[in-house]
Amino acid sequence: MKPAPFEYFAPDTLEAALDLKAKYGDEGKALAGGQSLIPAMNFRVAQPSILIDLNRINELRYIQKNGALLIGAMTVQSAAEHDSLVAQHAPLLFEAIPNIAHSQIRNRGTIGGSIAHADPASELPVVCIALNARMRTQSKTGERWLEAKDFFTGLFTTALQHDELLVEIEFPYLPVNTGYAFTEIARRHGDYAMAGVAALLTLDSNGNCQQARLVYLNVGDGPVDATQAAASLAGRKPTQEAFQVAAKIASQKEMSPLGNVHASAEYQRHLSAILTERSLAKAYERARTSQAS
Amino acid sequence: MSQILPITVSINGNQYQHEVEPRLLLVDYVRQVAGLTGTHVGCEHGVCGACTILFDGKPVRSCIMFAVQADGHELMTVEGLTDDEKKLHPLQQAFWEAHGLQCGFCTPGILMTLLPYLKENPKPSEAEIRDAISGNLCRCTGYQHIVDAARLATEKTHST
Repeated sequence: MKPAPFEYFAPDTLEAALDLKAKYGDEGKALAGGQSLIPAMNFRVAQPSILIDLNRINELRYIQKNGALLIGAMTVQSAAEHDSLVAQHAPLLFEAIPNIAHSQIRNRGTIGGSIAHADPASELPVVCIALNARMRTQSKTGERWLEAKDFFTGLFTTALQHDELLVEIEFPYLPVNTGYAFTEIARRHGDYAMAGVAALLTLDSNGNCQQARLVYLNVGDGPVDATQAAASLAGRKPTQEAFQVAAKIASQKEMSPLGNVHASAEYQRHLSAILTERSLAKAYERARTSQAS
Repeated sequence: MSQILPITVSINGNQYQHEVEPRLLLVDYVRQVAGLTGTHVGCEHGVCGACTILFDGKPVRSCIMFAVQADGHELMTVEGLTDDEKKLHPLQQAFWEAHGLQCGFCTPGILMTLLPYLKENPKPSEAEIRDAISGNLCRCTGYQHIVDAARLATEKTHST
């Protein structure tokens, strides 16, 4: 199991990396943390002829706040996992990160790399959709800001153009009176999850559900945003019955799990429903506590 | 056609200079070029943890990195724990005493995972130890003796 030969570039600056992307386009595959790409190369499932290694571009490693949480694309996941700004301003992201593989992988894997890889089974795209994150992309000719919903276009596919790199992700703060929860179930800790959900729940001044968000992993071509299930909660009392109704709508009507050796499609629906109830209960508890304080 | 690049890598405090193909995996560099065969190659796709080494002090999978990416960086492998076979590192000694291995194939990766973990978390609970080693597969022990060894290592550190 050895990778096929390739030509290797390791630019020190974003500008140099963009020059290479402009020159080589799709042929020049960007290498971020490599925790998905290099296994694929070891299996020779991926055989890029040119690799542009972004690991020496320190200007893309940062976590800041400026009206929203801003994370440089090459920030390693373990840095965000232990960052107080992330904990405070993007608690859903903070809760999701420890579910990504194992600590050794998170020491190398990057926030931007996982998002650009767009694996439907991965956690970060789900978090991006749930939080309405925005992606800043850059090429020689300029930059673009893309909404998460426009960025993920399908199975392992994004709206990134052949000469572009993902350089920054902007995570908006949670609205007031909003609780959050990220839950997933895997056969073994660190494995790809059989099901998982990011939930947000906003309460109105009467303590009823004002709005909700439910986004699922590994049950479709990409993050599955269950809008009907979320809409069913609007104006309702945050009861277990209401959560069960939402769970049923999401798991029966809004997802299309494929099933695999670890979990049949029916079992994935079952797990998704259970996780929906748990996540909504947890999100409600957090929203209620934040409202009381 | 094939590109050859010069690299300088520090492994266990020693400088290594070689010319390598970019596709050479870091673990193969460590074993076959630098000659440090204590690091093991298991699954070769980042799942089993046998190849775990420290990269600038942090545990990483050396089978899903390229040697060229280590240019200018500091690595530590299991050989860096001690240079005297008669005087094991306290963590190794704990594995010896608690029977924390059978075939030993996974042990280097587990040691390199636990070394920085126990430094940062000197008094972990059993559940925390199990979480810390969850990225390292062992097919012999059933993990119980590995957990015992990790606990013994923390006790040794506190008693000295």
